[in-house]
Amino acid sequence: MTTVVSARTSTMAQALNAALRDAMQADPTVHVLGEDVGRLGGVFRITDGLTAEFGPDRCLDTPLAEAGILGTAVGMAMYGLRPVVEMQFDAFAYPALEQLFSHVAKMRNRTAGKLPLPITVRVPYGGGIGGVEHHSDSSEAYYVQTPGLHVVTPATVADAYGLLREAIASDDPVVFLEPKRLYWGKAEWDPSATVEPIGRAVLRRTGRSAVLVTYGPSLPVCLEAAEAAKAEGWDLAVLDLRSLVPFDEETACEIVRSVGRAVVVHEATGFAGPGAEIAARLTEKCFHHLAAPVLRVTGFDIPYPAPMLEHHHLPGVDRILDAVARLQWEE
Amino acid sequence: MTVLDHRHQTAAVPGWQPGATGPRTDPAPLLPDDSPVRVLGTPALEKTDPALLRELYRRLVVGRRYNQQATVLTKQGRLAVYPATTGQEACEVAAAMALQEQDWLFPSYRDTLAVVARGVDPLEALTLLRGNAHTGYDPRATRTAPLSTPLATQAPHAVGLAHAARLAGDPVVALAMLGDGGTSEGDFHEALNFAAVLNAPVVFLVQNNGYAISVPLTQQSAAPSLAHKAVGYGMPGRLVDGNDAPAVHAVLTEAFERARSGGGPTLVEALTYRVEAHTNADDATRYRQDDEVAAWREHDPILLMERHLRPLGILDDTLVQEAADEAEALAARMRAEFHAEPELDPMSLFAHVYAEPTPQLREQAAQLAAELAAEAEVHH
Repeated sequence: MTTVVSARTSTMAQALNAALRDAMQADPTVHVLGEDVGRLGGVFRITDGLTAEFGPDRCLDTPLAEAGILGTAVGMAMYGLRPVVEMQFDAFAYPALEQLFSHVAKMRNRTAGKLPLPITVRVPYGGGIGGVEHHSDSSEAYYVQTPGLHVVTPATVADAYGLLREAIASDDPVVFLEPKRLYWGKAEWDPSATVEPIGRAVLRRTGRSAVLVTYGPSLPVCLEAAEAAKAEGWDLAVLDLRSLVPFDEETACEIVRSVGRAVVVHEATGFAGPGAEIAARLTEKCFHHLAAPVLRVTGFDIPYPAPMLEHHHLPGVDRILDAVARLQWEE
Repeated sequence: MTVLDHRHQTAAVPGWQPGATGPRTDPAPLLPDDSPVRVLGTPALEKTDPALLRELYRRLVVGRRYNQQATVLTKQGRLAVYPATTGQEACEVAAAMALQEQDWLFPSYRDTLAVVARGVDPLEALTLLRGNAHTGYDPRATRTAPLSTPLATQAPHAVGLAHAARLAGDPVVALAMLGDGGTSEGDFHEALNFAAVLNAPVVFLVQNNGYAISVPLTQQSAAPSLAHKAVGYGMPGRLVDGNDAPAVHAVLTEAFERARSGGGPTLVEALTYRVEAHTNADDATRYRQDDEVAAWREHDPILLMERHLRPLGILDDTLVQEAADEAEALAARMRAEFHAEPELDPMSLFAHVYAEPTPQLREQAAQLAAELAAEAEVHH
């Protein structure tokens, strides 16, 4: 599905931009709309150059109203277009939640399959960029609770490109969560290489002591923790879920059964967060293979803190290693 | 002049030009007339096609019977709920008739009659309210969006569809139907603003029937009229007697033509009255007086047609009888078909959540299938 281009080094932001450009090139029904996505190229420059290349109808600067943006996208999709909506920041997407929950997620079901809505809702999410309040929410629990939505989040540059192309090509609505603190991280990647599809988790690091189950902005932290754990004598595997809905239970259970210990790690608040569901499922499905309860390392159950305090809130290497230490090694 | 004086802003102030795509419009032509547009009892009636008048009458009578029969079906437990448009049939019928084949209708939950008047099968239109499935008709084939239960949320959909149709160069108009209460919702505001900015070929029809369940319009809005709201978005607002079917038809036809020819959106406020309670589950005597209802019964859309068309010979006993017969036939069909138990497929719960069910949904479907098999075993 991708054009053959040789391997390149770029940031995640550039890979997302390339995915949008290639999708618009490949399919004239792909339309981008949102706040400041045109002339400015988006506040994170993810839509940079799209209006210049495809015109203002294909990459549209809308009035400042998130429900209106998503509601308009619903009508566009009903007429056969494939809209890609940009929500400027996680917390700014909340006015659009009624459109998302009551219409986008349900339209296929409400119409017995007659009106599927192939809409991609891009949401820059998560903290760690020093943003003041309302700019750093991890809002994924709201989305994963809503049947009818796919919820996807890349953690690598290659996945940013591949998963976004998949999301746009999907006939179901996809909430595409972009870990904004990973926007500027560079990596070498090959746009012509296929990535695992939506719904498949990928083991980023093998290990035999325990597995860290994570996604999005917490993946690099978990990889760092796994590296540091070697000094303690732990050989940690790291599983990148990539997609929260569908949840790849098969892959997750396979690794958990093989190592017998698991810690779920995410930035979102812990109470009724995605980690609660993941830990419960892993426990139900892998109970007899577990040497210890599945633990969670998450953000605290607090409103997102002021930027000078956020490092106390976000799961870090030490907090992850503390959890690993509590996995009942003594017995 | 200061930089804040919009009206006199010119290129003399560098870097910022309000209304860069053109000069701002004089608001006066956007304002509604002081009194609502009427056709019945005015010289405009003579210029109206008698065939259209007869068709409107016929459909009003059939629509009234449809409303009454559906309400009765709720009392017999055959429909889960029915929000009637008794007294509002002129808006429902005229709106559907003014639309062309290729146009799209975006109804609210109260607008099943408009959906039926559009040509959707009455049983399919009532599927949601019967409770055996959500939407009974094919929205794409009928160019009729599902009935929208959350208020005003269908309005931005109409804008987006109209916008997409315009980009494709198709002569399609979208009609969003709303109630007076819906105009207080944020989605109403956002839809009108987007429509005007995008110059989308969409028309918003607000049926002001006096009440949002129990709350009267005076507690809903302090605007001079709901049609006045249009001017703030830069589109025309039109006020029409919502019980005057040919007037609603004329105002909507003009708005559709304007939209179709690239003139942009229009907001139409139709003044009407909800003669029945909000739904069969509501008690209207708790919030309004009988004499108010009685006054509106005198301004009934069918009575108005009979009063003004009989003397002109446009309406005669033959047509009255034909319309009544057609209405009774529809009512009989509704009774017969709704008294039959609907066929239900429990496994359809999982059929259209995603294009492909997730592994978890497959597991849950297997669980339900096993439960159903066990149940069948017991009955066997």
